[in-house]
Amino acid sequence: MSRPAVRAFLIWLLAMLAGAVVVWNSHFTADMSFFLPAKPSPAQKVLVDQLKEGVVTRLLMVAIEGGDAPKRAAMSRSLRARLQKLPDFVAVQNGEAGSLDADRDYLFRHRYLLSPAVKPERFTVDGLRASIANSVDLLASPAGMMIKPLLPRDPTGELIELLSGLNAGAQPNVRDGVWASRDGERAMLLIQTAALGSDTDGQEQAIAIIHRQFAESAREAGVSDARMQLSGPGAFAVKSRETIKSEVSKLSTISTVAIIAVLFFVYRSLRLLTLGLLPVVSGALAGIVAVSLAYGTVFGITVGFGSALIGEAVDYSIYYFVQSGRLGADAWRQRFWPTVRLGVLTSICGFTALLFSGFPGLAQLGLYSLSGVLTAALVTRFILPALAGNDHPIRDLSHLAAPLNRGIRLLQGLRWPVLLLTVAASVVLVIDRNELWHPNLSALSTVSAEDGARDQALRADISAPDSRYMVVIGAADREGALQAAERAGQQLDTLVARGVIGGYDSPARFLPSQAMQASRRASLPEADELQARLQAAQADSPLAAAKLGAFIEDITTARTQPAIGRDALDGTSLALAVDSLLVQRPDGWSVLLPLRPAGGDKGLDIPVDAVRTALAGSDALFIDMKLEFDTLYNDYLHEATLLSLAGLAAIVALLGVTLRSLLRLGAILLPLGLAVILVIAGVHLAGEQLHLLHLIGMLLIVAVGSNYALFFDRGGDEDRLDPPTLASMAIANLTTAIGFGTLALSSVPVLHAVGITVGPGAVLALLLSASFSGKNRV
Amino acid sequence: MIKRLIASLFLLALTLPAMAAFDVGQLMTDLAKNKGGKAKFTEKKYISLLDKPVVSSGEMSYTAPDRLEKRTLVPKVETLLLDKDMLSIEREKQKLSINLANQPEALAFVDSIRGTLSGNRAALEKNYALHLSGSPDKWVLTLLPSDQKIAALVLRITVSGSKGLIRSIEYLQADGDRSVLNMEPVEVK
Repeated sequence: MSRPAVRAFLIWLLAMLAGAVVVWNSHFTADMSFFLPAKPSPAQKVLVDQLKEGVVTRLLMVAIEGGDAPKRAAMSRSLRARLQKLPDFVAVQNGEAGSLDADRDYLFRHRYLLSPAVKPERFTVDGLRASIANSVDLLASPAGMMIKPLLPRDPTGELIELLSGLNAGAQPNVRDGVWASRDGERAMLLIQTAALGSDTDGQEQAIAIIHRQFAESAREAGVSDARMQLSGPGAFAVKSRETIKSEVSKLSTISTVAIIAVLFFVYRSLRLLTLGLLPVVSGALAGIVAVSLAYGTVFGITVGFGSALIGEAVDYSIYYFVQSGRLGADAWRQRFWPTVRLGVLTSICGFTALLFSGFPGLAQLGLYSLSGVLTAALVTRFILPALAGNDHPIRDLSHLAAPLNRGIRLLQGLRWPVLLLTVAASVVLVIDRNELWHPNLSALSTVSAEDGARDQALRADISAPDSRYMVVIGAADREGALQAAERAGQQLDTLVARGVIGGYDSPARFLPSQAMQASRRASLPEADELQARLQAAQADSPLAAAKLGAFIEDITTARTQPAIGRDALDGTSLALAVDSLLVQRPDGWSVLLPLRPAGGDKGLDIPVDAVRTALAGSDALFIDMKLEFDTLYNDYLHEATLLSLAGLAAIVALLGVTLRSLLRLGAILLPLGLAVILVIAGVHLAGEQLHLLHLIGMLLIVAVGSNYALFFDRGGDEDRLDPPTLASMAIANLTTAIGFGTLALSSVPVLHAVGITVGPGAVLALLLSASFSGKNRV
Repeated sequence: MIKRLIASLFLLALTLPAMAAFDVGQLMTDLAKNKGGKAKFTEKKYISLLDKPVVSSGEMSYTAPDRLEKRTLVPKVETLLLDKDMLSIEREKQKLSINLANQPEALAFVDSIRGTLSGNRAALEKNYALHLSGSPDKWVLTLLPSDQKIAALVLRITVSGSKGLIRSIEYLQADGDRSVLNMEPVEVK
């Protein structure tokens, strides 16, 4: 190797080593944050927090099948007992009697600090008479059997007050003492993981433990056909990460092997093959390095996009080796490099547009491809010639000239049919314009329809919460947050009374603010005073004051008891409810009040306006999660449309400035436009609903496809392209089509959409550019 | 052959008097004839904690075989509806629905009244030992829980009536408290 070659190689090697170090230390993830807004609105911030840390995302639903009902119940009990001992799980519920004893004890012990009915009026003579009479009346009811043992200690019925505010909604079925599905054929459990929903490793570990422990439980119960189904946000996250992981390696392998095969067919030389892959490897590495340095975290899907990058980046070395074969490196730089450079720049324009997206996944894809393509081009231009020297005899491709030229002539004869076909395609797109687009973010989700259906079925069987509606209030500290929750609770109570909403959850129900506890405690009379009032109140009642000694004792205890704090809840499942609804953030506290729909004939929707009106004047934020998701997606789509147009405008401006000819500009853009229309119509007619990434795909057809159109434009200058140039274009196009086309095989919607548009789009761009090339333009 | 004939005659002789006398089977047949109706009820609960019994009253209606509605008017309006295995209670603004299939103890309890109303001997004998005394015109049927879990709640259920009509049901609870439900049929015109 010559001196400059050694220097170039050393520089490249150093850069690669540095890059490898960065990649080694990079953090890779496959979680939801790919889709979550980079700059969220206040409502979207709630959405993001809920998706990352919300209690609902930590719920796993489990269904046990096989054996008979008693065996399933035994497995359910044994699984609960096993999991509950482990630190990986916060709560394991299966409806077992006794599993809520700790909760009931807490509520009963602290009833005078917790019950919203505790006010000074409650303990006046009239108040006592009314509330005790009410409890005695309740004894006449079938519910009376339940309250009778508590009556001497709780004659005013505070526990009933407390329980009536809790979710009296749908409870799962019970068979043999544990929760069962509606048809009774499956035992159901609801499990809360300690790991956050966004902690995919933690979720994966928790799910693996559940599977292991279930196998033990099944063995213990002696049920050979025992099966377990598991679903929930954590399961989805783990599964989608697995999908992305396996697809990344699968897709990269397919496209690498296919491209190597093509290159080997062309070069017939291991040395050239290795050199030809140099820019590709450099580009792929540079892409990950850039993303890792800029964002800190690399999404799995971004790496998956590498398959397309390989196909695109290998083009430059193909151009170099095939085109410079006869001319030598210097002549190539002079004659061909400007065209290649312009192609690189148009590709970069396309990818740069994505950088400005508020959709983090898209911005990463943009940066990754941008740095990858740029690096590959620079390595081809500056490193490759020095390393390859002038000694790269390429196989004689002149025998390809005749068939290629025949092909071009054939394509040129098809101009009118192509135009007619495009008109037809446009008509289809215009007529079906309202059905073209997928309406929401679920289009991008990796969750399969089958998994989604199973999740729905489990959720219905176990009546698991979905937390669609939520009131959110921020405060400086915990006390402020709880007081705000109490104020909002009063406003929501009026809606419950009017039947507008079915109910709501609040952390203040189990952990009232200190102020509220103090005011409730102050409502409790002293023992002597209470004794006297009871005598007066109960004079004519069947429940004599003399039998209420335990009540006076409990009130006296409550008067001296210290206020309850968060630690008093330890060991109950209420702790979890409070922790998930009362959250500390870096900038303060926020409290969440999930609302339940009224149900019945009013359905599952909550009238948004009525809730907003009731909350007017407070700084409480009412959020409909589904609405926020739809808005988010529409924002993304809207933004992607603008960015695509901006990218297109940049490409057009770049070409206009470089070519300085409207005619030549039109000649380049026409085939690209036709390619876009034909591909989109094709995808639509194939039954796919378009989403955001198809839109991005359209931009990339123009950005990538223009590379081929530019050569024909150059060919136009010199009238005819020589056989090596034509061959290099055909080969480069083939590798690009392989790279993007491989993505079309992906089951990850983001990758599939780009692949299915850009793969065929790049091929069409070449064919149509050939068709519309030459002097006799349409 | 002859032996067998004699044996069957002997068996016949044994069963004949039983058919003529008043037994649980006869009572169940009479009860099953009742396809439904309305009654006014008064229920008294004797609770040791209270100096006086708690009295409630209202209307009941029954449609064979498994729909029973109990509407309490005094002291508080409360509707209890039993439809197949769904028990719903409505009191003031609160409504509670319970699927009895989920609550075997409650189901056994409910079956005592439902089984008697519909004359379903099999349902009754699943959870109770039956003892009948009196005549078709004035009978008393005693149900003693055979299951330990039910016995922990109720010691004895005594149903009395005449012909196919139930007049009163008394529940004696395990803690000594008891409740007596008296029914007066309302003629349906």
